[in-house]
Amino acid sequence: MKEIIHRCLIFLSAWAALFLVAPCIHAAPDCLECHAEKGGPQFKASIHGSLACIACHTDIKAFPHPDQVAKVNCGACHAAAISKVGGSVHAHSSAQPCLSCHGGDAHQILAATDPKSSVYPLNIPRTCGNCHGDKKITAEHNLPEVYSQYMDSIHGFALSKDGLLVAATCSACHGSHDIRKHTDPASKVYRANVPDTCGSCHSGIEAAYQSGIHGMLVKNGDTSAPVCSDCHTAHQISNVQSATWQVKTTATCGSCHAEEMTTYRDTFHSQVSALQYQQVARCWDCHGEHEILPASNPQSKVADANLIATCGRCHAGANASFVTYQPHADPHDGKRFPLLHVASIFMNLLLGGVMGFFVLHTVLWFFRSRAELGAERRNV
Amino acid sequence: MTTAAPEVRYYHRFTLAQRYLHGIVIITFLGLAFTGLPLRFSSTAWAQGLAGAIGGFAPILFFHKLNAVILSVAFVAHVANIGYRAVVKKQYGLVWGPDSMVPSLKDITNLFQNLRYFLWLGKKPQFDRYSYWDRFDYWAVFWGMAIIGISGYAMWFAPFFARFIPGSWMNIALLIHGEEALLAVSFIFLIHYFNTHLRPQNFPMDLTIFTGRETEKEWNEKHPEEYARIKGQGKLEELRAEPPERWLKNFGRVVGTLAVLAGFVMLYFTIVSFIKEL
Repeated sequence: MKEIIHRCLIFLSAWAALFLVAPCIHAAPDCLECHAEKGGPQFKASIHGSLACIACHTDIKAFPHPDQVAKVNCGACHAAAISKVGGSVHAHSSAQPCLSCHGGDAHQILAATDPKSSVYPLNIPRTCGNCHGDKKITAEHNLPEVYSQYMDSIHGFALSKDGLLVAATCSACHGSHDIRKHTDPASKVYRANVPDTCGSCHSGIEAAYQSGIHGMLVKNGDTSAPVCSDCHTAHQISNVQSATWQVKTTATCGSCHAEEMTTYRDTFHSQVSALQYQQVARCWDCHGEHEILPASNPQSKVADANLIATCGRCHAGANASFVTYQPHADPHDGKRFPLLHVASIFMNLLLGGVMGFFVLHTVLWFFRSRAELGAERRNV
Repeated sequence: MTTAAPEVRYYHRFTLAQRYLHGIVIITFLGLAFTGLPLRFSSTAWAQGLAGAIGGFAPILFFHKLNAVILSVAFVAHVANIGYRAVVKKQYGLVWGPDSMVPSLKDITNLFQNLRYFLWLGKKPQFDRYSYWDRFDYWAVFWGMAIIGISGYAMWFAPFFARFIPGSWMNIALLIHGEEALLAVSFIFLIHYFNTHLRPQNFPMDLTIFTGRETEKEWNEKHPEEYARIKGQGKLEELRAEPPERWLKNFGRVVGTLAVLAGFVMLYFTIVSFIKEL
């Protein structure tokens, strides 16, 4: 019932608006007698083509009008958009912020759904890039060079190469009118808001992430826990299937989990991985990607009960004994890994002992041999 | 007619089978080193470059396993041969005595004599057929192959081995596989090369293992006790050999030099990376 009333109200107000605007339409031809260039076919084709001049130039009441006319207030109609821009990083960006993005010519603004519009999804990066890809402007405002990074990312390729309207553009993540600094809690790219922002497209991934330890920590207010962009970056997001990205992931996880990375480095998994080989266990092969849980959680892929299945993904025939392998063993830790610790000490002593003795043996022998050879030669 | 130059007499030291065995060890050991060290030092640029040159990880592992299998077959054949000769043919000299690789008290005595000699405190010891470093070389390689081989096969067939040993021992397997390999590489490329080929008396190359023969002078200098023993038994002529062909000596020189150079390259990278790890 409420819905029906709502719709009736919208219809009625649209009807009323038509009556208000209609008289103005008749005024347009008069303006064009002087300003013919503003009212050509391009204006007619624009989103505002059906409006009269004075619908925007509201200060002009009569003819002749003053030489100086007031700046058009887009907010008279687009109040919501203007108020959002007012709170955004672009509030003071230029004298006429609307036009910077919606096309330079106020008389040729197109609907966002028009493929020729500067704010049509496929055109947004280029539009934003006008400023954010300009080295002079980015340097002046101390901004990162994000345009080229974005264009080389999986989102950029989806847009520029595949022409996908669903590809994430600048505004998909940052918003359009209400773009705020990432430090502003109201920003779509504020740390705690990033999962929801990415999740607006990657819904399934977000659900998995929220069920994992990283998502839980962020939800509970621990903003030091990683959000999407910490692992995937913000603008340079790669195809996760690519080898170059996969070999980098260990260092990415290791940037927080330093000790685990050090112990992983000692394993065959890491050695193979470092040689750019893809089919080898990296962090997420065992721990999962978005749904990572600590081993103490029975749902975790590395919980004791799940190890045979997890290791068995690569190691056919893995059994209960096999999974006692320690993927993060530390030979220096005698308490947790006593046998390995002893083996490590033994091997070091063996290596040091044998080499130490024989290097000394060799050096002494060398000088003694030289001396003897010299003596032989003198005797001959 | 010119009068013949004083004849240089050659004597057999190594059999053809022993020379082939050494050849197999040269090739497979270098092959294992070149494919194993990039894994051991996988985070270094040279390891990644070498791995890339070989064709990436998959070919590296393939060649590593191929070399390992060839060396294992040679190892088993060698042990079987020694066992057969010792047990069935009752050649007990292989188990004990101057022709055996089994260390004796004389080796310890010789070692201390040699150390005294190095320090100008005594005379050079007299060696029999095998010196103490020959025997150490042999057992170092023997022990190394056993340790590296067993740990290697345990990792290769980890799920199978895990039926008999705890999976956590695979951690130990990789540790000792890698450390023992470092020992083997540094011992062979430094100590064995010097002891046998590069020390001033033998420089640049002792070709005996390639030709199987050495001159009477070499024999008497390096293994005087054996020479005197055989001479005393009047059996010198039984071991008399034709001088090695020139091509064979050149072959030995080329192969030996290449092996030494290849070993030095790996040794250099190994030492630099090992020190950086410390």
